[in-house]
Formats: sequence, structure tokens, C-alpha cells
Amino acid sequence: MGSLDMQPGEAPAARDELARMFHSMQLIRRIEEEAARAYVQGKIGGFLHLYIGQEAIAVGVEAAIRKTDWIITTYRDHGFALTRGTSARGVMAELFGKDAGCARGLGGSMHMFDGPNRFLGGHGIVGGHCSLAAGVGFRCKYLKNDEVVLCFFGEGATNIGGFHEGLSLAGLWKLPVVFVCENNMYSMGTPLERTLPAKDITDKAPGYGMARDRFEGQDVIEVRDRIAKAVARARDGEGPTLIEILTYRFRGHSMSDPGKYRTSEEVEERKRKGDPVRIARQRLLEAGASEDDVARIEAQVEEEVADAVKFADESEPAKESSMLDYVLARTTSGDGPREGGGA
Amino acid sequence: MREITYRDALKEAMAEEMERDPRVFVMGEEVGHYQGAYKVTRGLLDQFGAERVIDTPIAEAGFAGVGVGAAMTGLRPIIEFMTWNFSFVAFDQIVNNAAKMYQMSAGQYPVPIVFRGPNASARQVGAQHSHAVEPFYCNVPGLAVVYPSTPRDAKGLLKTSIRDDNPVVFLEGETLYNVKGDVPDAGEDETIPLGQARVVREGRHVTVVTWGRPFYTVLEVANRLSGEGIEIEVIDPRSLRPLDTDTIVQSVKKTNRCVVVHEHWPYGGPGAEIVDRVTRDAFDYLDAPILRATNLDVPMPYALHLENKVIVGPDRIEKTIRDVLYKS
Repeated sequence: MGSLDMQPGEAPAARDELARMFHSMQLIRRIEEEAARAYVQGKIGGFLHLYIGQEAIAVGVEAAIRKTDWIITTYRDHGFALTRGTSARGVMAELFGKDAGCARGLGGSMHMFDGPNRFLGGHGIVGGHCSLAAGVGFRCKYLKNDEVVLCFFGEGATNIGGFHEGLSLAGLWKLPVVFVCENNMYSMGTPLERTLPAKDITDKAPGYGMARDRFEGQDVIEVRDRIAKAVARARDGEGPTLIEILTYRFRGHSMSDPGKYRTSEEVEERKRKGDPVRIARQRLLEAGASEDDVARIEAQVEEEVADAVKFADESEPAKESSMLDYVLARTTSGDGPREGGGA
Repeated sequence: MREITYRDALKEAMAEEMERDPRVFVMGEEVGHYQGAYKVTRGLLDQFGAERVIDTPIAEAGFAGVGVGAAMTGLRPIIEFMTWNFSFVAFDQIVNNAAKMYQMSAGQYPVPIVFRGPNASARQVGAQHSHAVEPFYCNVPGLAVVYPSTPRDAKGLLKTSIRDDNPVVFLEGETLYNVKGDVPDAGEDETIPLGQARVVREGRHVTVVTWGRPFYTVLEVANRLSGEGIEIEVIDPRSLRPLDTDTIVQSVKKTNRCVVVHEHWPYGGPGAEIVDRVTRDAFDYLDAPILRATNLDVPMPYALHLENKVIVGPDRIEKTIRDVLYKS
């Protein structure tokens, strides 16, 4: 994926672009299904929060921005790592706690990072990262470039103080940040009517002096076009936007959550009507691709996923030296590294 | 050399570093138009403009986070807390983000940031404005914790901290801003490395390790006891993390006795850490248990006579020194 140089909100989806988007969405879906399997096998530890059902957002967003823009998100982060350009191998190896992972096995599922691809990571204290996003926006404004920052979070994060302060400062200083709430209706196991005093999260936007938008996020093209408008505003110095994308996760909050707070009818209904991968597949066929073309993409993805799992399986474990060496950066004052880990 | 205040020494360090490196900026409550709540940033707005001397709303977690985000992407922020007491609302940003980001990202996102402001108690400002915060931040790998006691150290250590590629918690004694001392001439660019303690006064009977306001009280007591023939060696660690254990241990091997004096609460923290390290590395040289003279283990009361009891003062310091000398 990369910049597609489309004019915001106008370009019809070309077949090639749809093919790339479908490939990307299918890859996220299949990587995570394999991750779930590996988790059950004990190859992945800790928490594992899957993005299944929300793939259209990461993929649509990437189509609306440039490689020089920045993305930061919460711990539901595998999809964004992949759309930013981290390889399937890098993601899977990170999940397996291997040295070849995109954070050398130090971050794991919740803390994927990709510096060269300007992925600022998955963050575990949701809302605190909204202030980091404002900081990156501050940096872009300070350097007077036209880069834009996109900050993602769930609806559950909108109650925490970090969310408020991050948006407040971004609005005050008109920073080039697009704040995107991926509202998947459940804050862990609690439905939003029991966590949110407001029904419409974007009602908060005027209080921060920022523009707003709100839409369904299961169609990747819709996501691309709506995000592109907010990105254009930010790039033109018109300040931040708060966007609420209504979506749905098909799995529990994490692998430890069987999701009993939702009826199977509800989940099945959402899968039937709003599976983003199936919608993208349908769009691709409508744009003139044959079933064979689609099958070829799916086969390619299968190969990529199988290769990633094999690679992760066979890679070297995370190194003790990384754990110690990365506690402190080398100083620029010429004194070399100071006291390291364990001192 | 000329004599300037601790406050002006800090201001000079920031001005010189901002002059040297356009990535450096200062952000905080009233650092600009108001010229700083404690006037540490006086004049910086005129010199560098509002793009680099940035007033914020009352939103510590927010602007600390803005600093971390800016540092992750290549700027070098100086974030001023009006007092370190308020840093606790930004604790998440300092501990979960600034300190952990470099390792968590496997070196992809260093965080070159300085958090600075007045630390510990002033006079009669009550429990929520009198907190010595060093134990909280010293506990965190990934952070440096620096606490200069003199104007010269304030300037040299702040310059080093700004140039450091890691997050630095830079604690300034709230009661030290008006202290005057020798500082190299403006523009002389003296930097002082983190992790090098200074032997401030030589002596042979007992080593006293201290920093911040008690540094001056200890020197007073040392001068007085010198009249009785008790010679105290005074060591100022200058940075509490990294901590220069060697200088302290070398001194204790000479004096065979050690007292640690600090304003933070007695439970844990760098005071206890120093006791642990000296015990480990110089046990065979000790002629007495290592004792600490600290603030009392209570939130700071407002009433002056009670506050005087809580803050570690000359009487408690002298008594503790006599105790390790078995001369009470």
C-alpha cells in the first residue's frame, strides 16, 4: 500500500486499487486468524486483540494518506502495522516474541512499531496516546511541513483524561491531526450506552474547536474518501478533525474474551451485512475482476501468511541484549550510553 | 566566572541550547508572556518568539504528552512543570510513554526530552505543593533524574540534559532559585556529565551524601562541627539516576561512616538506594550503621512550627551525624 494520489472524495475506485485494497484486507484477516490459532497453540502469549471486522478502516485510511504522514493507535494495532508497510513476517515474528519482529520481540501484540514506515505504535494506555498524536502534530507545525498525523482509538478511550487533553491542545493550536474513533460498540465487554454519556462522540468536537464527521466504516472506499477530506483540511492548516467511524468487531475484545455479552444473532447479523472483506471482494468483482483474479489474490495471501508463520516459527527468539541495550539511547553529548538496564 | 543565581543559570542554559539547536523549545504554563511562574524562563519569549516559548493551558498530561510525541519525532522539548507536585497528573506520560518508548519500540523511537521545574517544599504551601518527587522517578528505568544544588551545576547539568537523547527528569530546588554562586561566563558552554558526583567538602570522620535544599544545611552543620574537630566529607550526587556509586563508596572507605540527608520521604527512594549500595560495596569498612536524616513521614502541614518539624533541618542532621560517630 502507499499513496495513491487520488483527489479526496472524488476518485472512483479503479480496479487495480480495489485489488490492492482487497489484498491488504484479506491479509489482515488471514494473519489474525492464524494468530488466533497460534495463540491457542501457546506460540503467542499475553493479550491478543484482533481487528477482524474493522479491516476497511486501516486499509481505507492508508489509501487516503501519504507515506510521509504518521499513524498512532491503541493496542488493536496489527492491521495498521500491515497497512503502513510492516511485512507479514515482521508482524507474525513480533507476535511470537522473536528478534525478527517489528519491535524485536520487546513490544508484542500491543506494541508494534515501525519507525521507517512512520508507524508510531500501538499504545496500551488508551487516550494517553492522543496527547502523543498532538505532539507529533505540533512537530509537523513547528517544522512547517505539510505532514498529517492520524490518531486511532476506540469509543472506550473517549472518557479518559488523555483523550480530552490531547484533543483540547490540538484544537487550541490547530494542529494537523485527524482523530479517529473506531466505534465498535463495545468498550471491552461493556456496550457503549453504559460507558458514554453521549450517543454521538463527535458531539465533543465543537468543544475542542474542531471539525467533525461520522459514518459507517465497513466499505473501504467510503472510509478512504471521508478520511481524505479530513486529511486535506489538516494539510491545508485548517486544523484537526474528530471522526467517529461506526464499525463492529467480530471477535471478543481479546482472545481471553468469549464475548458472551453479545448474542450470537447480533454477531451473525453484523457479519452477514457488514463484513468489510466480503464487501471489498464484491466491489472488486463489480469493477470487472473475475472470480479467478480474486482467487489468485486469495492464494497469494495464503502463501504470504503461511510464509509468515513459518518464518516466525523458525526465527531466533528475542535477545537479552536488545532488552538491555534499548533502555537508554546513546547520548549526543559524546559521553556514550549511561547506566544501562539492571544497574 | 561571575556570580549569578540558580534561576538565571537555568535560564542561560536554556537560552544557549535554544540558540545552538533550533529543535529545542520550551513549553509549559506561563513560561512565555508571564515570564515563568518562578521567572526561570524570563526573557526567553522576547529572544525566541512564541513559536519556541509556548504557553499552555492547565493540562499537564496533555502538554507532557505533546512533548513526548514531539520528541519521538525529532524535536527536543523542554517541558516545564510549574511545580513537580503537578507532574503526578502527567505521570502516565513520563513513566508509561517517555521512559518506555525507546525500549518498547526496540530503539526506533528515542525520546530526547527534559521535564523540569521546582521540586520539594517552599514555605507554608501545604501538602499538595511541597512534594519531593525523586523516589517516584528514580524507580523507573529509561529515565535520568538530575537534581543540581548549585548554580554552576544547574547550568552545566541542564545543558547536558537537553543534549541527552533520553528523557531527563530535572528537579530544581524550589527554595534554591535565589541562591547565588560562581558560574562560567555566558557562552562558555560548560557541560557537566550525568552520573558524576562531586566531593564538595573533604573530611575524614564521616561521609554525608546530600542534595537539594539540605545540601546547604549540611554545609552549615559541617562548618559548625569542624570547630569541634569533626571533619565531614560532603558529597553531592548531582544526578540521582544514574548514581555515581564509586565516588560515594570511595569516600566511605576513607571515613568509615555514612549519613544520607534528603527531603524526600524516608520510605524507599534514592536515600535507601544509597544505603543499599554502600552496604553492599563497603560493608567491611563501616564502623557504624548508615543512617538517614529525612523529612518526617507525613504529608506537609501548613502551620509553620509544624512544617519546621517536618523538613529535615540542622538539628536533625547534626544529631544523626553524632549518632553515627557515637558522640551524642
